[in-house]
Amino acid sequence: MSFDRRTFIKGTSLAGLTLMAPGVIGRARADDKIKLVSILDQSGGLDIYGKPMADATAMAVDEINAAGGLNGKQVELINYDPQSNIQFYTQYATKAAAGDKADVVHAGITSASREAIRPTLGRFKSLYFYNTQYEGGVCDRNCFCTGSTPAQTVEKLVPYAMNKFGKKVYIIAADYNYGQITAQWVKKYVTDNGGEVADIEFFPLDVTNFGPTIKKIQAAKPDMVWSALVGGAHISFYRQYAAAGMNKSVPIASTTFGVGNEHKLISAEEGNGILAAYSYFQEVPGDDNAAFVKRFKDKFGADAPYLNELATRSYEGIQLWAEAVRMAGTAERMPVIEALESGISLAGPSGNISLDPKTHHGVLNVYLAELKDQTFNIVETHKAQPPTDTLLVCDLKANPDQATFYFENGLEAAGIK
Amino acid sequence: MDLFFALALQIVYGIASLVLISLGLAIIFGMMRVINLAHGEFLMLGGYTVVISTNHGVNIWFAMLVLAPLVVGIIGVLVERLLIQFLYGRMVDTLLATWGLSLLFVGLVTSIFGAQTATTISPPLGVINIGDYSSSAYELFLIAVTVVLLLLVYAVLKLTKLGLVARATMQNDDMASALGVSTKRIYMITFGLGAAVSGLAGGLLAPVTGVLPSIGATYIAKAFITVISGGASILAGTTAASILLGGINGIMAFLTGPTLGEVALLATAIILIRLLPTGITGRFFRKSL
Repeated sequence: MSFDRRTFIKGTSLAGLTLMAPGVIGRARADDKIKLVSILDQSGGLDIYGKPMADATAMAVDEINAAGGLNGKQVELINYDPQSNIQFYTQYATKAAAGDKADVVHAGITSASREAIRPTLGRFKSLYFYNTQYEGGVCDRNCFCTGSTPAQTVEKLVPYAMNKFGKKVYIIAADYNYGQITAQWVKKYVTDNGGEVADIEFFPLDVTNFGPTIKKIQAAKPDMVWSALVGGAHISFYRQYAAAGMNKSVPIASTTFGVGNEHKLISAEEGNGILAAYSYFQEVPGDDNAAFVKRFKDKFGADAPYLNELATRSYEGIQLWAEAVRMAGTAERMPVIEALESGISLAGPSGNISLDPKTHHGVLNVYLAELKDQTFNIVETHKAQPPTDTLLVCDLKANPDQATFYFENGLEAAGIK
Repeated sequence: MDLFFALALQIVYGIASLVLISLGLAIIFGMMRVINLAHGEFLMLGGYTVVISTNHGVNIWFAMLVLAPLVVGIIGVLVERLLIQFLYGRMVDTLLATWGLSLLFVGLVTSIFGAQTATTISPPLGVINIGDYSSSAYELFLIAVTVVLLLLVYAVLKLTKLGLVARATMQNDDMASALGVSTKRIYMITFGLGAAVSGLAGGLLAPVTGVLPSIGATYIAKAFITVISGGASILAGTTAASILLGGINGIMAFLTGPTLGEVALLATAIILIRLLPTGITGRFFRKSL
């Protein structure tokens, strides 16, 4: 067959036109749909968090549409994968706001990614939901943060763990803003509860050899270790700690262990006895949650990932937004924001959650759990916990015109240097 | 005194684990001048071999010591045949190609096994006590394996015909092929062996680290720094650089904290490369292997 450049270009451009046509028609028709853009890392290093979140997002949208959509309109899910790369976040956020004209954007895993896109979405007046647990402190009329913050989980787990294990605490944390800020909150609550912090150590995210630190912990002889370690490399800590026999004598409490499904990535005997606190565990009791977990497993098969706070909050974040759209009778930004600020609440898989109008953060149930054979057993439930850390610095009712990130997040307001 | 011994053991372990993660890279880079940016993924594949096979009921020792090097060695030979052999002498191209390869491996493993794979293994062998301190007996085992591995590589290079021919090929491949050596085969075997050593290292580290598709990225930088600081000699260079960098890292991590430990390691490497651009073995132990 003869094949020259001219025929190639003719052929492909024709093919291009036919391929493009449905897109053009689709766009014209899509106006009577409500557009929801999701930007979550589904490849690269953060996919361990992003994939379950994207799955839960897809499920939420499917369920809304199966139930007849919102105010008679279907919701169109536009899904972008920024590949664990901040640059793609800004690119896709611009595309979502300016190109897709999204009615709402649910996006971001790391705080860095959130801060990369939050100003863009604010500028384009695209309503923004951030559904990840984080260090707290975002104070932005356009942005709703539904994940738990340190004050919510740390405040509850510290006294429980200290009662159980003892008062001398050794803190280890990831060396970036989330770990640094969380460590300071842990220190504050340990001191408030009459305990003592033996030492605080920070680890760059690629450290895999925890030997020297384990020796230091042995020398300090604390009653327990508090971990705010994050990411794949830091999983090594739990394994090396157990290999040195330390998990039997000095137990671990954490508000980061489990959210990357760490408890499945270490063996049962390495993880037994670790305490954790989140605003959701797959093991949360109740029929709502059992039905939610079953729907998720049915949809994504036997290999479906463990449902953690991140995935479930992505689902609940969309349901909260959907509730506000129903309440407002439109998907337009300002009416929806006003509906979200009306003290809106939702009976979700994690229990009753509502939005605090002052901070745009979630008022959430907080669960404390103990790990046994790669399964979390809920040991305490604290209902409707407000985001006390962000509340110290943020009041959008008094001053709605802000789009600030209080980096110190109330640490100063709480008297922490 | 107990602390001194416990810490000394810890530092030796830190050095041994540096040797372990770097040796495969050193073989491929030192012998063939191929910069293998997929080295971290070779380690990751070794780890995955252990996790997946033990999940299917394979004995952990067999999985670590036999399956991991075997599987990754075979992958190494395939990579050499399909990709690397066309790029000898083109350093920048191999750099790009192996970087692409590393992305491909991460993507492949993620799409086959998912973003995470549950594991059932924990470090075998239990705990040893030094006074008030306890360490993992598995760490001692890893130190021993590292020493044996170094001796083995030395023996193969120095005492076998394959080693002799391989060294000749690396020094002057035209002359070697004029003397009847199939240099193509030698390159393939060397690359395969380097990959197998990486696979073994990844497999051995699987019980004490997290095994994820993207975990290779955490090893690659340290392995490179070690190999480059070590210089041209595979064994002496890697060992000397590991002792220097691992020792400083361990001591600083204990004295000040892990962040400064990492800083000290990197600062040492930078100063070293500034003073000795060809690495430690560019100046010292030049005749060694």
